[in-house]
Amino acid sequence: MTAHVPSVLPRIPTNPPLLRRILTAFIRNEVRKVGVERVVVGLSGGVDSSLSALLAAEALGPENVLGLEMPYRTSSPESLRHADAVARVGGFQVLRIDITPQIDAYFERFPDADPVRRGNKMARERMTILYDHSARWKALVLGTSNKTELLLGYGTLHGDMASAVNPLGDLYKTQVWALAEAVGVPEEIVRKKPTADLWVGQTDEAELGFSYREVDALLYLMVDLRYTREELFRVGFSEAFVSRVAEMVKNSQFKRRLPVIAKVSHRTIDRDFRYARDWGR
Amino acid sequence: MPTFFRIVAAQLTPRLGDVAANLALYEAEIERAVRDGVDVLVFPELSLTGYFLKDMVSEVALRLESAEVRRLREASRHVALVAGFVEEAPDFRYYNSAVYFEDGEIRHVHRKVYLPTYGLFDEGRYLARGNRIRSFPTKFGRFAILICEDLWHPSTIYIAALDGAVVVVCPSSSPLRGISDGAVQDDNARYWEALNRIYAQTYSVYLVYANRVGFEDGVGFWGGSEIVAPDGTTVAKGPYYEPATVGGEIDLARVRHHRVIAPVIRDEDLDLTINELLRIRGRPREGGELPAEALEKAHAEARKTKGGEVREGKGVEGRGTGSVEDRAEEDRAAGTTRPKPRARRRVAAGRSK
Repeated sequence: MTAHVPSVLPRIPTNPPLLRRILTAFIRNEVRKVGVERVVVGLSGGVDSSLSALLAAEALGPENVLGLEMPYRTSSPESLRHADAVARVGGFQVLRIDITPQIDAYFERFPDADPVRRGNKMARERMTILYDHSARWKALVLGTSNKTELLLGYGTLHGDMASAVNPLGDLYKTQVWALAEAVGVPEEIVRKKPTADLWVGQTDEAELGFSYREVDALLYLMVDLRYTREELFRVGFSEAFVSRVAEMVKNSQFKRRLPVIAKVSHRTIDRDFRYARDWGR
Repeated sequence: MPTFFRIVAAQLTPRLGDVAANLALYEAEIERAVRDGVDVLVFPELSLTGYFLKDMVSEVALRLESAEVRRLREASRHVALVAGFVEEAPDFRYYNSAVYFEDGEIRHVHRKVYLPTYGLFDEGRYLARGNRIRSFPTKFGRFAILICEDLWHPSTIYIAALDGAVVVVCPSSSPLRGISDGAVQDDNARYWEALNRIYAQTYSVYLVYANRVGFEDGVGFWGGSEIVAPDGTTVAKGPYYEPATVGGEIDLARVRHHRVIAPVIRDEDLDLTINELLRIRGRPREGGELPAEALEKAHAEARKTKGGEVREGKGVEGRGTGSVEDRAEEDRAAGTTRPKPRARRRVAAGRSK
């Protein structure tokens, strides 16, 4: 599947100085109003978690950020090297917790599990460790999911998609790259191929079948500017590409919502019991 | 009446649904304002209660006779105030209100008329809509208050200005949104800044825009409070995204000066506006009739009167501005009658009162 990206279309704006200002203010504000000073963040060595961690270090001070490296035995050594490099740039501490024993202990009972199940299990294992450390360190779990992943549903529900505050959730990958560069994420991290590192040799773009830049260009018109299907075809996106992406967005809607609750009372949580998360804060 | 006074916008970060905490914020600002010799202190929209209240609306709403409001009344003996909160009316309707206090009294209540209920906004779900736009006298000259979205409707400031306001105060809780390359502020901030300048200049008024900062459930408010003079120049400007006290001097002689140079308000033809608006109101609303029905009616009308054929669109849109005969034909096609001449005269006479 190929997608043609026309050159004259409205392009995703990046404006790193403005985003940096807004997102650091967001982290400071949303973390402190809960009565907490600190965040824990899982460091994968990739651009999203690197950027999140650096923004938090800038917003809260490096002494208030704890990066957790949680490798599995098949994880790429390069990922760890990159995670260490980011912690050095940001001046915050890291803790390495090898998740191999707990993952292997579980899959000994289910040896036929496919790579997707294993990958999801690892993502969820990391999430439980992050939350445990958030309790241990009186911190919030800082999210690292970007808008592209969230819209495509390209993440593990209750795994890497879980967090308390997420500064990057309204930024397309294209914007993450631009901001990461401006904030000082090491260049080799910004330039490397994105991967969830769930199995050896995995890359996001090979798995998805399109590049982030292509899909971001489409999602920006489709979601932010609300182009119709016909308008998208007219500006050069193929019907197959538009349909595939639209389906991915639709089919992953459940990942962006709370579980469905059966309504029986007059006042049901999140339907007619509506309060902001920042209730009284 | 002084023509020269000092006004301050308190660009603060309220706590969502915590009136006691926000009242403490108010009182700290009031204390500072009194110390600094400020004449009028303006707080942002709903800053005493918080903005995205949802089901909290009825839980945090304040009666005008409540203890909290009484404290503001008392404080206004030292500095005039514009406060923003959810007002519970005696009939248990809830309004997004901004209240002007002066010399220990409530002098004016503006209830937000245009409640945004689209995109990230949900005000119409929780709040009742105000139905008045009035200017009012203060010690410092005639003011009007318009709350946030009100000002996105040009009719509101038009009414306020023709009702005599020389200072338009706009308390706001305006969320930041939209990033453009090269801008130092978000798109919404830029839109507001353009609007404030155009309005101040068009209507020869001071425009005092008081916006909040902070975040509610991840939605940031952009701040950037400002005072814009009648010539469109900036008297004071607050920072974006950070709390601040934004103060400046208002010199009503500048209103006079600007109105001498550009007497737009003097020349405004209120009767023409009213008559045209009545004409527009009398027409069926767009979308009120199915196009086929309207067309059918127009054809039938044409057959009856002329026996001829109908030009396309005629009678369907009915937007002609031609002769009296044209208008009469338009009326018949649209199935409406115009206000009777007597009614028109009454409108015209109303002006001299």
